[in-house]
Amino acid sequence: MQVQQRQMRQSPLLTSIVSVILGMLVGAVMMLVAGYNPIQAYIALFTSAFLMPYDIGETIRTITPLILTGLSVGLAFRTGLFNIGVEGQFIIGQLMSVIVALKLDLPPVVHVIVAVIAGAVGGALWAFLPGFLKATRGVHEVITTIMLNFIALYLANTLVRNWLSAGSDSTEKIPESASLRWDVLSSLFGNARIHLGLFLALAAAFVMYYLLWRTTWGFELRSVGFNPQASEYAGMSVKKNLVMSMMISGCFAGLGGATELLGTAEYLSIHGSHTGIGFDGIAVALLGANSPVGILLAASLFGILTYGGSVMQFEASVPYEVIRIVFAAIIFFVAANIVRWAGTKFRKKAVTKDA
Amino acid sequence: MNVVEMKGITKRFPGIVANDNIHLTVKEGEIHALLGENGAGKSTLMNILFGLYQPDEGEIRIKGEKVHVTGPSMAGKLGIGMVHQHFMLVDPFTVTENIILGSEPTIQGRIDREKAEREVQEISDRYGLRVDPRARIRDISVGMQQRVEILKTLYRGADILIFDEPTAVLSPQEIDELIEIMGNLVREGKTIIFITHKLKEIMRVCDSVTIIRRGKTIDTLQVKETDENRLASMMVGREVSFDVEKEQREPGETVLSIRDLRVADSRGADAVKGLDLEVRAGEIVGIAGVDGNGQTELLEAITGLRKTKSGRVRLNGKDITNLKPRSVTRSGVGHIPEDRHRRGLVLDFSIGENMVLQTYNLPPFAKGFRLQYSEIQEHAEKLVKEYDVRTPDIHTPARALSGGNQQKAVIAREVERDPDLLIAAQPTRGLDVGAIEFIHRRLIEQRDKGKAVLLMSLELDEVLKLSDRIAVIYEGKIAGWVDPSTAAEEEVGLLMAGGKSGAEVKS
Ligand SMILES: Nc1ncnc2c1ncn2[C@@H]1O[C@H](COP(=O)(O)OP(=O)(O)OP(=O)(O)O)[C@@H](O)[C@H]1O
Ligand SMILES: [Mg+2]
Repeated sequence: MQVQQRQMRQSPLLTSIVSVILGMLVGAVMMLVAGYNPIQAYIALFTSAFLMPYDIGETIRTITPLILTGLSVGLAFRTGLFNIGVEGQFIIGQLMSVIVALKLDLPPVVHVIVAVIAGAVGGALWAFLPGFLKATRGVHEVITTIMLNFIALYLANTLVRNWLSAGSDSTEKIPESASLRWDVLSSLFGNARIHLGLFLALAAAFVMYYLLWRTTWGFELRSVGFNPQASEYAGMSVKKNLVMSMMISGCFAGLGGATELLGTAEYLSIHGSHTGIGFDGIAVALLGANSPVGILLAASLFGILTYGGSVMQFEASVPYEVIRIVFAAIIFFVAANIVRWAGTKFRKKAVTKDA
Repeated sequence: MNVVEMKGITKRFPGIVANDNIHLTVKEGEIHALLGENGAGKSTLMNILFGLYQPDEGEIRIKGEKVHVTGPSMAGKLGIGMVHQHFMLVDPFTVTENIILGSEPTIQGRIDREKAEREVQEISDRYGLRVDPRARIRDISVGMQQRVEILKTLYRGADILIFDEPTAVLSPQEIDELIEIMGNLVREGKTIIFITHKLKEIMRVCDSVTIIRRGKTIDTLQVKETDENRLASMMVGREVSFDVEKEQREPGETVLSIRDLRVADSRGADAVKGLDLEVRAGEIVGIAGVDGNGQTELLEAITGLRKTKSGRVRLNGKDITNLKPRSVTRSGVGHIPEDRHRRGLVLDFSIGENMVLQTYNLPPFAKGFRLQYSEIQEHAEKLVKEYDVRTPDIHTPARALSGGNQQKAVIAREVERDPDLLIAAQPTRGLDVGAIEFIHRRLIEQRDKGKAVLLMSLELDEVLKLSDRIAVIYEGKIAGWVDPSTAAEEEVGLLMAGGKSGAEVKS
């Protein structure tokens, strides 16, 4: 038990907090330069995310897929892989679940369960290929997953136009039997699009924690991620574990796509470019230091910023792009490990002074 | 003149005081040894001098000037260079490219390669380093890579050189070369701080020696006025015996039997060429040989880490040729690998996790697929205590342990599994004399319990001392068998060099 507790304790919480503050300061400076009032803007941002039950529901809805894509990236990181293909696996998750939702005729509860599973499996299979190529041919996963992101996007677009709809830009709305929305929940939150995907996301966070730190499989996955040669020496199969971790990562991403489709959008439309939810997962994982709890917190922050930011543009007439700059700045500060850098600078000063 | 003075240096890490009010004074033009047990704080002290760590207390004077070494570049300006135990070279680059990295001479913005190569060649000749400026790092031997590291510090104008356990990774021949080079360096006015666990080396090349024990300075002595036994006992704090006591024993059944084994190296060339070997229960068989004669490939083939081309490996009569590493381990083989950083440990795992690296999925450490952390901890606590692995606690990542203590952790794990066949490759590399004594006793204990031990070491001393029989390996074959109780070192040396032995002892 203490083993992981310690790992959590050592997690760079401070780095994340300082980075968030600095990132928001950068945003404030941008707003000042552009002639907006940052204080007013931030107040608008944070209050609007929680103003009415409806807003809270929508904020949670925004957070949900970010948790799943964040977990996807985080788990891959923890096992030594950089899964940039979360975006593609997310799209495949959407695609598979919409196919099940529209093409299969199943009784209510069963229908949605099958659709969710289809999405998760789809994501896992989409991630299998890069994992397999890395394990057998040594092809770097960053290259293959980027390519697969585009293939996923155009595959989904083609299928939507030619098979899932009659030549239009989006599919029909999915039948109620396949929806993840739940009346009781929606009515609690002023009919916001909050859905049961939230609980799947929370469960996934627990699964990541339990799998990695409490099971023998997780022991292998982490070991192979840290040091493949020592793992081979210890009798683990490096190839198998590599493929496995890619697939579990893809499974989380696919689940994200499935819940987003079955809960939020309820139809799939043609996209000119990527949704960005997959890429935001990289930011979430980074800010959350790849730990399940950290990812939950980071996804919440980004969700609040995203939803609050979109309301803020009306309230304080600050363009939404500013929020994306805040995102980018936060990630910049985390990646540059600003806290450690400042720490060493400060310490050096102190040493020189007492001389 | 005192070129380096470190006074009252204290450095704390979480849970441990690595340096506790340490004093070190080094005179110009001398070779000054730093001696101390594993985890005594030698590397930490040198990392402070080199600016990698900041001391919590204490002051440093370089050539009389009080300084604050804020980082390696500052150390460079002060004329301090350091050769780390783990090299920091870029593999696909050439020697020259690695040396000029970060301080490239340029003509109008372009790197002046020829000038750089000329300069590198010049320095190499001056100190007898024999380095080819155009060779690529990945193509040259470990010893040569080390000389490139030395050259790098010289190129940057260092006149105080820190060598952190340079000889631990070298073969005896390479050590001789290094010692010669050290002589050249001092003759040209350089000062050297030399960390080593080998007392012989200190006696051979050093002028003075500072002994550190558990983070504290014990004493500084003139090498001329002391001897190995005195150094050893000062360092460990008790008498150390260099001789191992070993009773004569009748070996039992054959445990490991290898027939006509062929194994290719990483480039595909045959490294083991039709080798026969047998190890029986209750004996230690030593493999002596010059590095690169197929030892690594042989051990990897036995343990399943490398595929064999032909031949048979049997354990207790059961064919284990080309089995997966896990199956080999489970059929009763323990393996202390040559390279602990690469193979033996997952540095980012805690000591506790590393102690169950092969057994994490077996009871009692796992129930079904669930890890049992309380059992894992208990196991680790026990091993850490029994094998004197110096670590703040078992949750500390292996990375934070001193080199020697990492090695002890690996040995503890492998011996504890009590395998029928224990393969020990360079088991005492980087260990202090006290720890070596301890490990040697453990190996002999295994033998006395009726286990088979296969020992590979580049140190002839060690092989001669421990083995019941010695197989000399040369160019991928056993060139001959030697009885350590009667054989002279010269005889083994001759066989190692490919000469034929007159007195072949066949078992
Ligand atoms: N970065 C670190 N974090 C925490 N503890 C450390 C760190 N570096 C060293 N230590 C601890 O400080 C002590 C001294 O370590 P150091 O590496 O200086 O030993 P050493 O004398 O070089 O030993 P060896 O001969 O085994 O290399 C050890 O107990 C080690 O575990
Ligand atoms: Mg050391």
